[in-house]
Amino acid sequence: MQETNDVPYIKEKAKEVRKLIIQMTYAAKSGHPGGSLSATDVLTYLYFKEMRIDPKNPMWEDRDRFVLSKGHASPALYSVLALRGFFPVEKLFTFRKLGSELQGHVTNHVPGVDATAGSLGQGFSNAIGMALAARLKNKSYRVFAMIGDGESNEGSVWEAALSANHLKLSNLIVFLDRNMIQLDGFTENILSLGNMEDKFRSFGWATRTINGHSIDEIQKAVEWSKENEGPKMIIAKTIKGKGVSFMENNPEYHGKPVQDEKKLDEALKQIEEGF
Amino acid sequence: MVDTELTWLPELINKVEKRSQREAYGKTITLLGKDKNVVVLDADLSSSTHTNLFQKSYPDRFFNMGIAENNMIGVASGLAQSGMNVFASSFAVFATGRAYDLIRQSVCYAESNVKIVATHAGLTVGEDGATHQMLEDLGLMSGLPGMKVFSPSDAPETEEIINYVYENKGPAYVRLSREKVPLIHTGNSFTFGKNELLEEGDDVTIISTGIMTYAATVAARRLKSLGISARVLNMSTVKPVDKESIIKAARETGKIVTAEEHSIYNGIGSRVAEVTSENYPVPVLRLGVYDKFGESGNAWELMDKYNLNPLGIVKKVEEIMKVRA
Repeated sequence: MQETNDVPYIKEKAKEVRKLIIQMTYAAKSGHPGGSLSATDVLTYLYFKEMRIDPKNPMWEDRDRFVLSKGHASPALYSVLALRGFFPVEKLFTFRKLGSELQGHVTNHVPGVDATAGSLGQGFSNAIGMALAARLKNKSYRVFAMIGDGESNEGSVWEAALSANHLKLSNLIVFLDRNMIQLDGFTENILSLGNMEDKFRSFGWATRTINGHSIDEIQKAVEWSKENEGPKMIIAKTIKGKGVSFMENNPEYHGKPVQDEKKLDEALKQIEEGF
Repeated sequence: MVDTELTWLPELINKVEKRSQREAYGKTITLLGKDKNVVVLDADLSSSTHTNLFQKSYPDRFFNMGIAENNMIGVASGLAQSGMNVFASSFAVFATGRAYDLIRQSVCYAESNVKIVATHAGLTVGEDGATHQMLEDLGLMSGLPGMKVFSPSDAPETEEIINYVYENKGPAYVRLSREKVPLIHTGNSFTFGKNELLEEGDDVTIISTGIMTYAATVAARRLKSLGISARVLNMSTVKPVDKESIIKAARETGKIVTAEEHSIYNGIGSRVAEVTSENYPVPVLRLGVYDKFGESGNAWELMDKYNLNPLGIVKKVEEIMKVRA
């Protein structure tokens, strides 16, 4: 592991990702910026620091995998992949437009995207299959995944939770983007999830809760994941819309981009300078 | 008086040689298991689907996923996307109905090499009743882009189709029965995407699938004695549809009767009618289950009650012979 001077570099990259999320959803006049901004720091850390990947060979058999099960956070994953060199950054501005490879929700037809997701819960099960295949093929790759808290309303998430523990998948590391908001409002008002760390621990997972916007804590959690047996669930406490004052903790920005140039400039400025 | 030769009464069904499709499936995947990329998943029904035969030989590549069909299909997709050749099995009602959205997105849209082989399709599930008698699966699966759909008529054809889907990448659905079904084939009869010509005839064509193909051959013999020359086509590849043989039948025989142990909606009857309507319109009558659920009962008694027997086909043919094209 490299020393902690990676932290400023990752933070800088995360800023770039956040700006691209705002810009590409503004250009698309649609998309899901809120849950993309909450997921940004984890994704940036994994792709710029942790994962064994080769942008020139996206289908490399021995690569680490990442499954974005909350597939609506596609702007975050697409931006990270573009900045990491899987495809040109300009392509981000074709997002959600007719003829673009960059569909509204992530698909495995895009270079670097390991799983199709969009109908919630499915990516989680896909990730289990990928982790199991590593065992069957004697490969040492790991499978990272991110699920949403709203997504965890789906029953199949809990089928998957049972399954990963039953199969003792030590190469599966899942982040829960616990931003407390889903489309219709706050998660605890819609279908209360309660203590997700307790829930996953009772399902047999090794668990840990972190601040999902602290690169330092993300790094420590990933290092922790290497020392534990069985599947790992890292509860990343995050803020929906992180980085933009008027988007933070605002359910309105689950599936709506900034509406005008003024808001766009304000958002980009806040991401650059902090607020 | 009941015409026993045209029903599934014990006098007929006990006389004919039958073999189990699901056992043929279990044995075939066990032979294919020598390929280390073959993985088999089941959802707590392995002793019924006969995937347990594979498990006995290859316990490390068999996974019982529990009564969790959604996760099973999602995991199958992840395995397939990592290079495995995956077979996933359950009863047709759960494998297709319960897990539909997973099949749609994680298998078909993601273009995963997953083969869903479902047993216990149709009314011949018998005593378990409507909850377990899947009559809509061919429609559900045929509507999915990229999905190949198969409905073998007997055990030897099942073996050939399982070998076909093993060798050919991409999503596939194979529909099998619970009951042992009468033997028609001895092997080497299946051609992908082609309806098999079982009987020549020029007055009418019977297009059938699954167990109704045996019924069609019995019906054709009776029709011959009544002076009606019936062509019989076995539609074991439900999708992609073999348009050529259907158009040829329409042109040469002018009338088509379809027969299937499935809803008349979105099964082979619908497919055949689509092809004729667009290419060579002729009268088409469909024999199937008419917008109903099944019910508990002995498998063969149920088939007789719902007219899914040779007599039902003969009656449909007599009906269509009265229609002037």
